[in-house]
Amino acid sequence: MASLPTSVADALALLAKGRYVADRSLATAVYLALSLKRPLFLEGEAGTGKTEVAKVLAERLGRKLIRLQCYEGLDVASAVYEWNYPRQMIEIRLAETGQESKGTVESEIFSDKFLIKRPLLQALEPDAAGPPVLLIDELDRTDEPFEAFLLEVLSDHQVSIPELGTIKATEPPIVVITSNRTREIHDALKRRCFYYWIDYPDAARELEILRLKAPGAPAELSRQVVAFVQKLRAAGELFKQPGIAETIDWAHALSQLDVLALTPEAINDTLGVLLKYQDDIAKIQGSEAERLLAQVKAELAAAQ
Amino acid sequence: MDGATPSPSGGNLVANIMYFARTLRAAGLPVGPGRVLQAVEAVRAVGVGSRDDFYWTLHAVFVNRRDQRLIFDQAFHVFWRNPKLLERMMGLLLPELQVPREDGAEMSRRLAEALRAGQTDSASRPHEDKAEVDAAMTFSPREILQTKDFEKMSTAEMSAARDAVKKLALALAEKPTRRFAANPRGARIDMRATLRAQLRAGGLIALKRKDRAPRPPPLVVLCDISGSMSRYTRIFLHFLHAVINDRDRVHAFLFGTRLTNITRPLRTRDVDEALDKVAAAVEDWSGGTRIGQCLAEFNHRWSRRVLGQGAVVLFISDGLDRDAGVGLAREMERLHKSCGRLIWLNPLLRYAGFAPKSLGMKAILPHVDEFRPVHNLESLKAVVAALAESGTRRLGAAAEWAEMRKAG
Repeated sequence: MASLPTSVADALALLAKGRYVADRSLATAVYLALSLKRPLFLEGEAGTGKTEVAKVLAERLGRKLIRLQCYEGLDVASAVYEWNYPRQMIEIRLAETGQESKGTVESEIFSDKFLIKRPLLQALEPDAAGPPVLLIDELDRTDEPFEAFLLEVLSDHQVSIPELGTIKATEPPIVVITSNRTREIHDALKRRCFYYWIDYPDAARELEILRLKAPGAPAELSRQVVAFVQKLRAAGELFKQPGIAETIDWAHALSQLDVLALTPEAINDTLGVLLKYQDDIAKIQGSEAERLLAQVKAELAAAQ
Repeated sequence: MDGATPSPSGGNLVANIMYFARTLRAAGLPVGPGRVLQAVEAVRAVGVGSRDDFYWTLHAVFVNRRDQRLIFDQAFHVFWRNPKLLERMMGLLLPELQVPREDGAEMSRRLAEALRAGQTDSASRPHEDKAEVDAAMTFSPREILQTKDFEKMSTAEMSAARDAVKKLALALAEKPTRRFAANPRGARIDMRATLRAQLRAGGLIALKRKDRAPRPPPLVVLCDISGSMSRYTRIFLHFLHAVINDRDRVHAFLFGTRLTNITRPLRTRDVDEALDKVAAAVEDWSGGTRIGQCLAEFNHRWSRRVLGQGAVVLFISDGLDRDAGVGLAREMERLHKSCGRLIWLNPLLRYAGFAPKSLGMKAILPHVDEFRPVHNLESLKAVVAALAESGTRRLGAAAEWAEMRKAG
């Protein structure tokens, strides 16, 4: 079990060891969240590596990763706990045949044995390796009632179960909240967190990420891929710009097809890996892709 | 970033952070005293060794949204450049402060106002006299940037608007959500509530039921404010103000030659103050119309942020477009596919024998679910009633319109 980072540089090194290439600014936010024990709120477009941060933290710090995937209508039963009703009813039936008093039956029915623990409650339980990393993924998919409930849980680190009592965490978990910004999260929740907007990476950083995550791709191909994707983003006409996850997928796809350097045919064939909207593909396929590729090649040649 | 770092002596730094927070607050960022304490704690944890780290530490605490970054950035560079300059400013000793700006970049207006706080506004906004031209049924060939003054609302109009709001409070058909609520006639059995009641009562198990809780979907209003719509603009703004203050999950946008989000200015409770704020925020009143371009911007920047959860979109425009409908069909199609229901409100429908001849209108018509007139408060009420019935989505209100024409 590793200890928490003691400085921003330490946090940066921690992320780097987990093969996550981060800016110093992200490392600052991570360090603050870890040392001051507040949640980390990561916002950004889809495919920019928000979820990855939590996974890397859990892996490097040797903690358990507990993931709560949010969706519309998420309620206490799916997020915190639920009683195992069928088992309880069978237990009641069995007890009816015996001679036990009502009080004993009651205390047995509502005990830990019949409690199904969901992610939030699991995160509050003590763990030998240290407080776990709680990843609350895509919080913008839920609605306001759940946000209000989460606010309560995150501030006091406790949940109350009427039949059992209050369960409080001995050590507060490391909380990472991600959002795709399809809905504005209320300020009350953001106020408790350290906020960071994860942007698309610049060329140098993207190249390094590709080197780490797609090592099978030849160096020249990686350079061309990064330059092409940066150009696509800079043009700003796409409905959905490709994220870093799409770049990595594209590099994998191209190396799977044994492409050593980008050609217009290769791009047209694999454009669906990079762009996910038909409007965008129609815009880029064919002549536009050729033009961008020519520019990329010219710039790379000039740089060398 | 230059090498100057803030003074490491504890007391001075804490005071400076507090002043910085006050500047940010005056510039519009919601920064309360709790955040200031959080900032001090954070700075103590990270240390003031490097200016970059200091910047990002304060950023992590004070910035809540992506759009606040720019103001924070400018404020930080101005503030932490020269602490002495700042002390003088805060003491309000200088009547007018020339703050040196890096490479002539324009400081954001809000930040400039915040730094000049406390001084009287010598240069008031220029009032322009313009001739009132009835620009209905035309579209202007060039973009006219104008400011607009609103007359105050009369009592009669106020009460009429309140009536409309009362009706609105019941309207906008509710859709079932994925959240369950207790309902004695529900379709599902609520095991949790059943067993809990069982604990208390004993005896026969009384089954509790639950069903999906209905909720009105989010509402997005896109309102045309070009010259041809100018006589309806005021009434629409009153309507929008009533709607926004009545319910949550409403967003309002105005477009002419550019798109402006006016949700926040309209949230002010007092209607006149709200309209003043809107007048200040929007620059292209009664100018030309470029529907396609504005819709493209909406689709690109806002649609994924505000059209979630099956939103209803009210598109208020007469369809007269300077660009003659270029690119309009595609943007309208994307808008239609991204929302739950698209309703077109057109003031020109009041004229009998109206036929959509302009290319703009022809481009829009196939992609709306409903097509209704709106030119005064009466027809607004009709629209409100229409929102109350949950209309099924139809691809092509054009077919219905053709039927209407055939009928008479």
